[in-house]
Amino acid sequence: MMFEFFRETYYVMWGDLRFMRHTVLNILISSVMSPLLYLLAFGFGLGRGLEVDGLPYIAFIIPGIAALTSLSASFGSVSTRLNIQRLYYRSLDEMLMCPLSVSAIVLGKSMHGAIRGLVSSGIIFAIGLAMAPEHLHLTPLFVISIVLSCFAFSFLGVSAALLANTHQAMATFSNLVILPMTFLCGTFFSVDSLPTVFQGALYALPLTHSSVTVRASSLGWDFPWISLFVLLLFCVAFFALNVYLIKKKKI
Amino acid sequence: MVKGLVKKYGDEAAVDGLDLTVKEGEIFGFLGPNGAGKTTTVRVISTLADFTEGEISIGGYDIRKDQKEAKKLMGVVQQHISLDKDLTVRENMMYRALTQKIPAEKRKERIDKLAEYIGLEEYMDRTIDSLSGGWKKRAAIVGSLLHEPKVLFLDEPTVGLDIQARRLIWDLIRKLNDKGTTIFLTSHYIEEIEALCGTVGIINKGKLIAHGSPSDLCNRVGSTAVEYHGPNHATQYKYFSSRNEANDFASSLDETHTVLIRNTSLEDCFVELTGRKVGDE
Repeated sequence: MMFEFFRETYYVMWGDLRFMRHTVLNILISSVMSPLLYLLAFGFGLGRGLEVDGLPYIAFIIPGIAALTSLSASFGSVSTRLNIQRLYYRSLDEMLMCPLSVSAIVLGKSMHGAIRGLVSSGIIFAIGLAMAPEHLHLTPLFVISIVLSCFAFSFLGVSAALLANTHQAMATFSNLVILPMTFLCGTFFSVDSLPTVFQGALYALPLTHSSVTVRASSLGWDFPWISLFVLLLFCVAFFALNVYLIKKKKI
Repeated sequence: MVKGLVKKYGDEAAVDGLDLTVKEGEIFGFLGPNGAGKTTTVRVISTLADFTEGEISIGGYDIRKDQKEAKKLMGVVQQHISLDKDLTVRENMMYRALTQKIPAEKRKERIDKLAEYIGLEEYMDRTIDSLSGGWKKRAAIVGSLLHEPKVLFLDEPTVGLDIQARRLIWDLIRKLNDKGTTIFLTSHYIEEIEALCGTVGIINKGKLIAHGSPSDLCNRVGSTAVEYHGPNHATQYKYFSSRNEANDFASSLDETHTVLIRNTSLEDCFVELTGRKVGDE
C-alpha cells in the first residue's frame, strides 16, 4: 500500500523532474538571486556593525533568509508551474484522469517545489556557513525545520495554483499573503521585539515558525518545539486542503 | 451507460436528465450546437467534473464507486491540447505511460509502436509547441491510447485543423475502431459525424433529443428534402417520406421559385429537431 503510494508519487513528479532537468541553470540562478540581494542589502548594507541578541546581524539574518528562501522557492516554483499546467496547458486534467490516488497527486505535484526550496535554501545556508562559521551550525534540527518549511510552502503553492483561476488572482494572492510574510515573519528581525498584539498575528503565519525554528537550530539557541509542531500542522492542513479541493472537484 | 445525468452550475442545468447507452465496438457521435452540453457531458463521464444527479458506468464500473477501474478503461482526447508544452513529445508520452501505470517493460515498446502507427516518429524529440495543430492532436491521441483503453472519448478532435489533417484524424479513428476500440465522438461538424458514426445522439439544451443511426434520424424527418426559395431569397425546406411526394410538392410551386430536391441530410434532421443550426451559439 505505502509502496504503491510512493510509486504513484514518483510517477506524478517525473514530469516536473524532467522540466527541472531542462531548466536547471535558470532555476539555480533565479532561486538564489533574491535571497542573495537580501543578504547584500540587509546583511552588508543596513546591517554592517549591528548586533542582535549579542550576534553580528549577518549571522542573525542568514537563517532568516534561508527560511525565506524555502518560502519563495517552494511556493513560487510550484504555484506558477501548476497554475500554468492547470489553466493553460490543461495537462493537470490528464493527470486527474489517470488511475492515481489523490494524495499521491498532491504530494507528487508539491515535490517540485520542495526540491527547489531545499536546493535554494541549502545554497544560501552554505554561503552563510562560509561567512559566519563561528556562529552558524548545520544540525539535524535545522535540516528537519527546512524540510518541513519547504513542504508547507510547497503545499501552499499547490493550494494557490488550484484555487487561482487567473494569473491576476495568483499575483493578488502573492501580494496579500506571500509579500507581507516575506518582510514581517521574523526573517530580518526578531518577532519578539514587536508589541504582543502584532506577535499574535505573526505567529498565525507559517513563515514565523519556519524562521524561529531554522534560526534556533542553526545558532544553537533553545529549540522552539511548539513552532516545529505548528509547522507540521500547517503541512497537514495545506495537504488536506489540496486533497479536498481535488476530491471534491472544486478546481 | 449514462442514466438520468444532471449537471447543474448554480440553478442552471448544463446537462438535464441525460440517458445514453453506447454499445461496445461502435463509433457513437454526440452532436449538438455550442453550449448544448457536449463537453460538460464528456468532462463528467471522464471524471473531471462532478455531477448533480444520475448514474454513469463504463464497462460495468460505476465512475463514482469504482473510479480507478473505470479510468483504466477510458482514454480521453480533450478539445484543447492538454500536453505539457515544456516537455518533448517523447517525454509527454513517457509521463502519460507512467501515470497510467503501464508496466515498465511495456512503456517504451508501446510508445514506439503507437508513434510509428500514427506516423509521429520524426517528431518525438520536438517540444509540443513546435508542432502544427494536426500533429499536436495526433500526439494527444497517442497519449490517450498508451494504456489501451476500451473506450476512447474524442471531444471535437478536428476543430481548428485543416482539411488534410482532419481526414488523417478520421482515418485514424476508423483504424482504431476496426481494432475494437469503442469511440465516443463529440463534434459540431455535421460532416464528421456523418462520415464516421454508426449511431448518433443529438443533444440540445442539456437533453438528448434524438438517438439512432443517421439514416433512422433522417427518415424520422423525411428521407427526401425539398429546398426552395422565392424572389425574396429566403430559403425554405420541406421534408417528405418519398421522392414522389417531394416531386408533387415541387411541381405545385410557381415558376418564381428555385427548387432543389435531394436526400435529407443529418444537418436537416438537426435543424428540424432542435430549431438551431449546428454551430449556433
